[in-house]
Amino acid sequence: MIKIAIIGFGTVGQGVAELLVSKKKEIEKKVGEFKVVAIADLTGSISGEFSLEEVIEFRKRTGRLPNNRNAIEIAENEDYDVMIEVTTTRLDESGIAYMKTALNKGANVITSNKSIAVDFNGLMKLAEKKNAKLMYEATVGGVMPIIRLLNSYLALCDILGVRGILNGTCNYILTRMEEEKLPYNQILSEAQEMGIAEANPKADVEGIDAGIKLVILANTIGIPAKFEDIEITGINNITPQAFSVAMAKGYTIRLIAEASKRSLKVSPRLVPLNSPLAIKGTMNAAMIKTDTAGDIFVAGRGAGKFETATAILSDLYELFRTR
Amino acid sequence: MSELFTLIVELEDKPGQLLKVLEPIARNGGNIVGIFHQRGKKTPLNRIPVEISFRAESKKAEKIIEELQKEVLVRRFGKLRTAVISLLLIGHVIHTDLSDTIKRVDNSDAECVELNVTMPELNEPSTAMITITAKSEEALERALERVKEICQEKKIMVIEPINDEI
Repeated sequence: MIKIAIIGFGTVGQGVAELLVSKKKEIEKKVGEFKVVAIADLTGSISGEFSLEEVIEFRKRTGRLPNNRNAIEIAENEDYDVMIEVTTTRLDESGIAYMKTALNKGANVITSNKSIAVDFNGLMKLAEKKNAKLMYEATVGGVMPIIRLLNSYLALCDILGVRGILNGTCNYILTRMEEEKLPYNQILSEAQEMGIAEANPKADVEGIDAGIKLVILANTIGIPAKFEDIEITGINNITPQAFSVAMAKGYTIRLIAEASKRSLKVSPRLVPLNSPLAIKGTMNAAMIKTDTAGDIFVAGRGAGKFETATAILSDLYELFRTR
Repeated sequence: MSELFTLIVELEDKPGQLLKVLEPIARNGGNIVGIFHQRGKKTPLNRIPVEISFRAESKKAEKIIEELQKEVLVRRFGKLRTAVISLLLIGHVIHTDLSDTIKRVDNSDAECVELNVTMPELNEPSTAMITITAKSEEALERALERVKEICQEKKIMVIEPINDEI
C-alpha cells in the first residue's frame, strides 16, 4: 500500500486528489494500491482515516481543511511513502522546507513547486543520501514531458543545449500581438480578463517565471546554474510594430529560455515562422539539442489544474510502477 | 588566410571563353567554389553573365582580377560576405542617432546592409530590423557584440534570432 501525503491543497492539490478519486482503478492497476493518509495546506489539515472525496468537497465548500495541525507537523509526524508537494513557489528556503522534511525521513517527493530552483543540488544530494527520490516533472512546462525525456530517455546523450518556451502567459500575449498587431498593454488586460495572466503579471511578463524554470532545466542537464546566473529580459517593451517588421523578414517573436554551456538566458528572440518554436497560444515547447540524436522537440500545455496534476501522476507512476 | 570572393564576368557566346576566366584563377592558386552560368540572362550585346566564386588570398585575388580585366569584361567583383544576421531593435532608434549607431557597427569585416525602420508616433519607441553581413562567423559575432554594447548605452532593446548553435 502506497501512503501518500499531499502538502498544498489549492488548484493543483485538488486536481491531483480529484484524479486520484476518478482514476483510482486505472492508477492501482499500474502502481498497486494507494491511500492518501494526510493532506495539509495553509488553511489546516486532515490525517488518519478519511474519505478523499469528502475532503475535496469540504475544502471546496468551506475554503479550508478541517483540522488545525499545520503542514510542517504533518510532514514531520505522519507516516507516508511519498509526499506530493504542490504549494506555491517561494524563492527562498521556506519554499523547500516540506520537501526537505520528507526527504530527511527517507520519503519520496513529487513536486510542482519551482522553489526547488533555490537549492536544486542540495535537494538532489539529500534525496540520494536518504535513498529517496525527488520527482519534479510538473515544475517545468506543466504537462510537457521534458524532465523525464532528459533524465531518462536521453540519459546517455550529451545534451548540448535546451531552448524553450516555458511561460504560457507570455506566449499567449506575444501570439495575440502577432495576430492582432495590438499594443502590449491592451493584450495584457485581455489576458488578465481571461484568467491567462495574473492580476500581478510581473513574474510572468518580466521573464522571472521562465528564468526559475530555466534554472531547473539547466541543472537537469548538468549545468549547476542559480537564478542569479540567468540573464533575463521580459516582453513588456515589445511593440506591435516589432511583429510587422519581423514578419516581413520571416520571423515572429517569442520569449525563449535557453540553457547551454555558453548561454543561460531568457529573452525575446526572433524565431523563424516555420520553426516549431513559433508555437501559438498558451502552449509550452522545447527544443533539445543532443550529440547523437539531433534535435528533439516537445510541446504541451504549460499550466492548468488537470494538466499539472497529470504530470504529478506521471511521476507517481514512474516511482511505483509495478512492471 | 584565404577569403571567399565572387565575381561576375560577361562572356561572348563562343567556345573557349570560360577557360579564359578559369585559367588565371587556377594559375594564381585560387580555388573555385562555384560557377553559375546565366545563359537565360543574355545581355543586349549577346554576352552571357557568369558568376564565379573562389577562395584565394587577398593579394592573389587582386592579381587574378587584374589579369582577368585584360581578357574579359568584369562586371562585378567583391569579397563575399558569408555570415548574415538580422536583429530587431526596439527603442528610440532614430533619436539616439541612427547613423552613429551604424557607423560604429561597420568596419572592414562587417557592415549593415539593410535597415527597415517603423516609427509609430512622436516620442513612441520605434522599431528597426537591421541586417549585418560579415566575412566570417567570428567577425559577425564581434559585430553583434558591438551592436549590443551600443544599444545598451542608447537604451535600445536588441532582439536576436535563434540560431543553430545554442
